[in-house]
Amino acid sequence: MKDALLKIKSLAKDELSKVNDTKALEELRVKFLGKKGELTSILKQMGKLSAEERPVIGQLANQVRAEIEESITNRVKEIKALMLEKKLKEEELDVTLPGNKSTIGKLHPLNIVLNEIEEIFMGMGFDVVDGPEVEYDYYNFEALNLPPDHPARDTQDTFYITDNILLRTQTSSVQVHVMEEKKPPLRIISPGRVYRSDAVDATHSPLFHQIEGLVVDKGITMSDLVGTLELLMKRLYGDDCKIRLRPHHFPFTEPSAEVDVMCFNCGGKGCSMCKDEGYIELLGAGMVHPKVLANCGIDPEIYSGFAFGLGLERIVMRRYGINDMRLLFENDLRFLNQF
Amino acid sequence: MDLSMKWLSDFVDVSDKSIKDFCYDMTMSGSKVEGYTPEGKDITNVVVGKILSVVPHENSDHLVVCQVDVGAEQLQIVTGAQNVNAGDYVPVALNNSTVLHDGKPVKIKNGKLRGVESNGMLCSLDELGLTTHDFPYAIEDGIFILGDDCDKTLGKDLKEAIGFNDTTVEFEITSNRPDCLSVLGLAREAAATYGIKRTLKEPSYKGIDGNIDDELSVEIKNPKLCSRYIAGIVKNVKIEPSPRWMRERLRASGVRPINNFVDITNYVMLEYGQPMHAFDLRYVSGSSIIVRNAKQGEKIVTLDGEERTLSEEMLVIADKDKPVAVAGVMGGEYSGIMDDTTTVVFESACFDGASVRKTAKKLGMRSDASSRFEKGLSPKNCYPAIMRAFELVEELGAGEVYNTIIDRDCSDISENPVDFDPEWINNFLGTDIPESDMIEYLQRLDFEIRDGKCYAPFVRIDIECKADIAEEVARIYGYNNIPSTILRGVAEARKTPEQRFIKNVQSSMVSLGLNEIETYSFISPKYFDKISLDKNSGLRDAVTITNPLGEDTSVMRTTIIPSMCETLARNYNYRNMKAMLFELGNEYIKTENGKLPNEPVRLCIGGYDSNGGMDFYSLKGIVEELLNNLSISDYEVESADSKCNFDEYTAFHPGRAAVLKKNDVQFGIFGELHPEVQENYDIGTRTYIAKLNIPEMMALADYDKTYKPLPKYPATTRDLSLVCDDKTPVASLEKVIKSAVGKTLEKVTLFDVYKGEQIEKGKKSVSYTISMRSHDGTLTDEQADAAIKRVLKALKEIGAELRA
Repeated sequence: MKDALLKIKSLAKDELSKVNDTKALEELRVKFLGKKGELTSILKQMGKLSAEERPVIGQLANQVRAEIEESITNRVKEIKALMLEKKLKEEELDVTLPGNKSTIGKLHPLNIVLNEIEEIFMGMGFDVVDGPEVEYDYYNFEALNLPPDHPARDTQDTFYITDNILLRTQTSSVQVHVMEEKKPPLRIISPGRVYRSDAVDATHSPLFHQIEGLVVDKGITMSDLVGTLELLMKRLYGDDCKIRLRPHHFPFTEPSAEVDVMCFNCGGKGCSMCKDEGYIELLGAGMVHPKVLANCGIDPEIYSGFAFGLGLERIVMRRYGINDMRLLFENDLRFLNQF
Repeated sequence: MDLSMKWLSDFVDVSDKSIKDFCYDMTMSGSKVEGYTPEGKDITNVVVGKILSVVPHENSDHLVVCQVDVGAEQLQIVTGAQNVNAGDYVPVALNNSTVLHDGKPVKIKNGKLRGVESNGMLCSLDELGLTTHDFPYAIEDGIFILGDDCDKTLGKDLKEAIGFNDTTVEFEITSNRPDCLSVLGLAREAAATYGIKRTLKEPSYKGIDGNIDDELSVEIKNPKLCSRYIAGIVKNVKIEPSPRWMRERLRASGVRPINNFVDITNYVMLEYGQPMHAFDLRYVSGSSIIVRNAKQGEKIVTLDGEERTLSEEMLVIADKDKPVAVAGVMGGEYSGIMDDTTTVVFESACFDGASVRKTAKKLGMRSDASSRFEKGLSPKNCYPAIMRAFELVEELGAGEVYNTIIDRDCSDISENPVDFDPEWINNFLGTDIPESDMIEYLQRLDFEIRDGKCYAPFVRIDIECKADIAEEVARIYGYNNIPSTILRGVAEARKTPEQRFIKNVQSSMVSLGLNEIETYSFISPKYFDKISLDKNSGLRDAVTITNPLGEDTSVMRTTIIPSMCETLARNYNYRNMKAMLFELGNEYIKTENGKLPNEPVRLCIGGYDSNGGMDFYSLKGIVEELLNNLSISDYEVESADSKCNFDEYTAFHPGRAAVLKKNDVQFGIFGELHPEVQENYDIGTRTYIAKLNIPEMMALADYDKTYKPLPKYPATTRDLSLVCDDKTPVASLEKVIKSAVGKTLEKVTLFDVYKGEQIEKGKKSVSYTISMRSHDGTLTDEQADAAIKRVLKALKEIGAELRA
């Protein structure tokens, strides 16, 4: 009987090593250890043994059962590991294949940059205000020191709706609304659409965007204007950005300036992009004309202020190297998706 | 304004500055330079030569062989020109020189012409970039034979020898500075910029005895529009070309030389900034000049040969019978100088700027004169200008000037000084400029400071207030020397609720995968037809531009939908397979006459997918998710039809369009574009559009959010498959389910709609998962079943039953 037990043990070990899947393994377990299994059938003959033999064989039988069970457990582990390995191998992917598309849309480039500029100004305490695009002549021109038949009106070809209603040619019209409605201190910017009857080409559009800025308070100086614009340009173009002011004329500011920013391409040395100037014209600015303050019911003897107007398209085009303004209003997805 | 640097040098010496520095310095002190052009910059290595001999070419009957002395050597040059003779002084292009051919630079090299050596080229005016206006004695198609007004030193650089070596600096003069549309004005600026002295001379003339009143009368009928009129007379005039120096300067200033009298008027205008006019006295009928308003419908043929019809607000210079000039704009046909003119009347007058501008604009003719007058000139400049004209007449020997003039002066001669307040200026600029420096800057600009007041030179019509003085000080001090300071004080900025709402819409759209677009606010009125808008729709009554660029951009949009359709069509046309776009833009809705329109903000969504990946429900899904994100809930969705508030419903597929509604406010419309509209836009695939009204949505949004405790007890779910009439909207089923379940209802989710073989015709099967939950404990099966029983009973009433 002892031989029979040892034979089962070696047979079980032998068969186990040949088994390669969990199902066959289970069958083996039943075959050797189950109720009708080989080990059980041997143990059933224990009764025939002498009293001396019984504990010895019994011990041996338990030992054999334990060994077979352990072997099965080990084999299970081995097979699982083998199967996992096989599965992982089979599941190998070409990681260089493209991902499945999920889409986040994009803001229009004009608004990407506008959001940035709004944030810069809000950080400096400027509120963002809106104004009407279809506007009275008074707000667009007259209150801004541009009476009818003023020659400077020629520089802004205007779309008219009636004799005294027009499409605003500049966001400066909002200055007047703001000063009429609120009292100083004022710190605002007003972005929006403006209209001029320029035929469409690579650098002109009958509709474009401006950002107006206005600060009115006691003791506002031209050096505050310089500082504010310098800060804006540094935030927009980096800390080493430099600006330059040139005297100019706008009827609604005095003194007036055109503001150039150091060419980002050549860093001021002069290149084809800045037409060898080293600087690029970016905006108009100045101290609010006392007549404009007075027109809006603000005493120019007590208050002073500055104002500026930025062309958004120009900034966006410079930022992204866009060479044709028409692209901004065509809205071709192949263009929009680049930003 | 094109400035001749030679002319400038009559008044200031800037010869120690490079031209580049000069342009930069002038720009930075306030006279913006657009660029500069050296004359004859393409002409190099051309010198003065003398023809020694001319012999026929041995192999040609139209060429001649010249021996030419160019000082250092003698050259043999072959030319085809017929007008050269021994002894002539000519321009000689040497070996390796450049001249112009058809306006483009070409290189000249030694070579052979028909076997005969030719070591250079003799030049015509055209090859030098000049015309017979510059050298009236030269011929068009032949070699330029140098006249006695040229330096005939052999071998001398030709440009120098003929005075073709000026540099023109092009200034952009702003409308407030007509004084700088003159050489004297720019000389003042240059002197102030560098702090250097000017050489100025009062014009003077000898004149002949003669009483002008015997020859001419002048009457100003409208002193408001003509504040001053000075007339002078020149007798025994000799009309001829003006001398080289004058022609040269006019040319460098971009003015074509004509004859001595025309040239003098132009010369004075350029030097003094005061437009002048010269009449032939023969054509001044009745010898009387009357400055008056035109009669309505009165006609004049102007110098350019055009007949102009005048209206009564226009000012004319008239004689006894007729207008002879449109005041300050252009002279009449017969008023000008002819070859046989014997007596000339000079006019130096001051006309009202606004009036000149209006007249020139209405007649569609701008002139150098009108563009100066319209900016507003000083009446005080009339006198020195006419004096300068007389001086030049005598200098040129062009005639005899009467020593009497007529001066009708109705101008306001009061001085309007401005307070000189150095402390205020420093406070205003944020600078610390010493008073003495300020005074020096202002004096450089010809301002006088007395008794705490600033007196501007009379040509500076732009100086009105303290801020103007501050600008003068600042620009000479240097704008870029103004310090940079940070705004003092604390200011709190924040977005308005509307701005926050719009930003939220924007970011929701982007998160949902839509790209933002920006389209023009003006559209073509034809677009209303393109979206099949009803003929009587109020949306057709748009704000109209009276002077549009074209019909395509002639009305302000009353609906944002066509702009989106155009953009989708363009993308489809560009073969972009799929597009999902949105725009946040204004519509412009008329209000009362004479009032501004309303400009409500709209969100427009548009999309298509050529691969069929989009349908009505994907658009609806976007709209629903947007509204969810904007905290707009409990809204209703109804079919869009003629009863809805959106006139654009006609643009949509009648069975696939819906209106969004809450509290009886319709705040949006969306759906599939009508197949006809889709065809109008040449879009070859189903297209989807939504328009949502931002202000209405904002009012409907619920911002108050309160935390609801997370559920402690499990939910109980029941699935129901119902059969109902095909026409029954599922929304009505859901409504019934919701109210029947009551407060334990957590969610009703539709998971299947089926029509087909298994279902009776005209019916549909709709399947829901109903999820119920209580916060007080786990719902029992009995409770759940009771709720479902209620649901089924209620559904039965609207004709929906449990599917068998």
